[in-house]
Amino acid sequence: MDSSVNIRELSVSYGTVKVLESLNLDIGRGEFIVLLGPSGCGKSTLLNCIAGLLEPSTGQIFIEGKNVTWEEPKDRGIGMVFQSYALYPQMTVERNLSFGLRVAGMAKEEIAQRVARAAEILQIQPLLQRKPMELSGGQRQRVAIGRALVRDVDVFLFDEPLSNLDAKLRSDLRVEIKRLHQRLKNTMIYVTHDQIEAMTLADRIAIMKNGIIQQLDTPHAVYNKPVNLYVAGFIGSPTMNFFKGNISDSSIAIDTLNVPLNAYQFEKPAGANVEGVLGIRPEHIAVGEEARKMPVQLESEIEIVEPMGSETVGYTKIGGQAVTFRCSSDIPLEAGQKVMLGFDPARGSVFDAQSGARL
Amino acid sequence: MTMAMAGTMTGVAPNEALSGPQGKKPRRLFDPARILIYTVLIVAAIFYLFPLYVMIITSVKDIDAIRYGNLFVPTGSPTFEPWLKAWDYACTGLYCEGLKVGFWNSVKITIPSVIVSIAVASVTGYALAMWPYKGANFFFTVLLLGSFIPYQVMLYPLVIITGYFKIFSTLWAVIIIHTIFGMPILVLLFRNYFVSVPQELFKAARVDGAGFWRIYAQVLMPMSLPIFVVALILQVTGIWNDFLFGVIFAGTTNFPITVQLNNIVNSLQGVKEYNVDMAATILTGLVPLFIYFVSGKLFVRGIAAGAVKG
Repeated sequence: MDSSVNIRELSVSYGTVKVLESLNLDIGRGEFIVLLGPSGCGKSTLLNCIAGLLEPSTGQIFIEGKNVTWEEPKDRGIGMVFQSYALYPQMTVERNLSFGLRVAGMAKEEIAQRVARAAEILQIQPLLQRKPMELSGGQRQRVAIGRALVRDVDVFLFDEPLSNLDAKLRSDLRVEIKRLHQRLKNTMIYVTHDQIEAMTLADRIAIMKNGIIQQLDTPHAVYNKPVNLYVAGFIGSPTMNFFKGNISDSSIAIDTLNVPLNAYQFEKPAGANVEGVLGIRPEHIAVGEEARKMPVQLESEIEIVEPMGSETVGYTKIGGQAVTFRCSSDIPLEAGQKVMLGFDPARGSVFDAQSGARL
Repeated sequence: MTMAMAGTMTGVAPNEALSGPQGKKPRRLFDPARILIYTVLIVAAIFYLFPLYVMIITSVKDIDAIRYGNLFVPTGSPTFEPWLKAWDYACTGLYCEGLKVGFWNSVKITIPSVIVSIAVASVTGYALAMWPYKGANFFFTVLLLGSFIPYQVMLYPLVIITGYFKIFSTLWAVIIIHTIFGMPILVLLFRNYFVSVPQELFKAARVDGAGFWRIYAQVLMPMSLPIFVVALILQVTGIWNDFLFGVIFAGTTNFPITVQLNNIVNSLQGVKEYNVDMAATILTGLVPLFIYFVSGKLFVRGIAAGAVKG
């Protein structure tokens, strides 16, 4: 895949605070990249740098092979969608869409053509003569996407575009953005703190913390093979269960429970007597009959039950450590009940307790 | 069983009459709090309007009627002669051409200084809010400081400076001084308003390729009408009502209306013409009054918007 956006050794600092540090990132043409992380991790800063709205302290940015580090935003071949929509309040939807084109001095017919096409794609034709104030949140965000669309750019930048919408609209528009990407096949860079958006939209997710990309991989790999404790804990809801224990002779001793790790694929050999952490996703813990088929089994008392409708989330303790599990809502569960729990350590993740790195 | 049924259904049958308080709480027409509020408001209104009433009825009396006393009683035979005299031929010092000279001088001073000061201050405020540069905060602090320095301190230096540039005793001196002295408060006003405009809007315009001036003219200005109206009112009333700069820098032939009003009212020759004084005073106040009436609503809205978000 030839690349569309390349970031080389990018650093941004405000005074002594380093927001981004020597960041490298290659994004393929037509790829949908999601920058995911908690607020303050530098993801929006990175996006603003790519857009040219923020000057990096050091480093380079290439878009379509061209070094755009010193270019103005308009010359970079990007379109951007903001969290607050950022529509021009005094202009109609049509004028909002055409503003960039009018600034560029494009011919009227061409402008009309492009606006019509964008309006058709986003299904906002009936709204063209309205002002942003007369639109709902979802419609406004559609117009904002349209404003990027008409510019016919190589790269779309999204800065938490769905965060101001309510839950239902958010999932609707999420699907629409995905559909848009499949239709246009543009490169898209999408910033969010919502892991569901990240998982559902991304070709690859970049999980960021303190200005450093922790892991850059497909949603599947990020979820199932997190490279460190931070990524493991950040992705997934409810959070992954972590058991502290001592690793020796391909097994990990958690309290009194000895969990064999023969079947687990180590990425790097763990030394003997290493403090380790075993991570098991809540849905990988089996309950009742299913648990009896698992390599590791134990009995436990349920503390809290949360029926979600499609599934049930239970809270319990294993070896003195809090544990969450997810199971089918068909299994009857009650607080105080004793149940069999079981899991397969081969499906889990093992980390070095010291460095946090995956073993 | 029946209880459970009622609970799961509507609770109360729809046709059953509701007992106890329901719907809007009734209010008495003359409750004591309301009477108190209206009393205070009416008294306050009379307090402010009464002097105006006296001025108006006095301005249409002839001098005999005034001499007769009865300050609060309107005359039976009103005359507009005092108004004509105040406007056209009342004596202000050496000249007997009425207020009209001063009126047009004030117009000549007010219009350019209002336009230029608002234009410069809004662009400065925009730059400070949206295009922060190194030292922007320092510059802003200096400007702010400027609004705290009393004018009197600068009078003598200003006389020297205007003398040096050979504009002392001309309208230009007054115009330039008003323009500059309006700057601190106006820049503060505009900056605080523009700071409340979402940064993302500004970013979006930059991505769309708009530059400094286009963002100002096509994005920011159309959405900032209220603050422009506030600035307009502040400047028009401030400059129109100014006496100090006018009397010092304009020169005798260029006195603004306020100075001429003073000269009419305080002239010590002959009979004191209260009716002409009253008419002249009302004439002088007409312009600010007009501005208030026309833009009062926008003024309140602008002040509120600036206050909440600034």
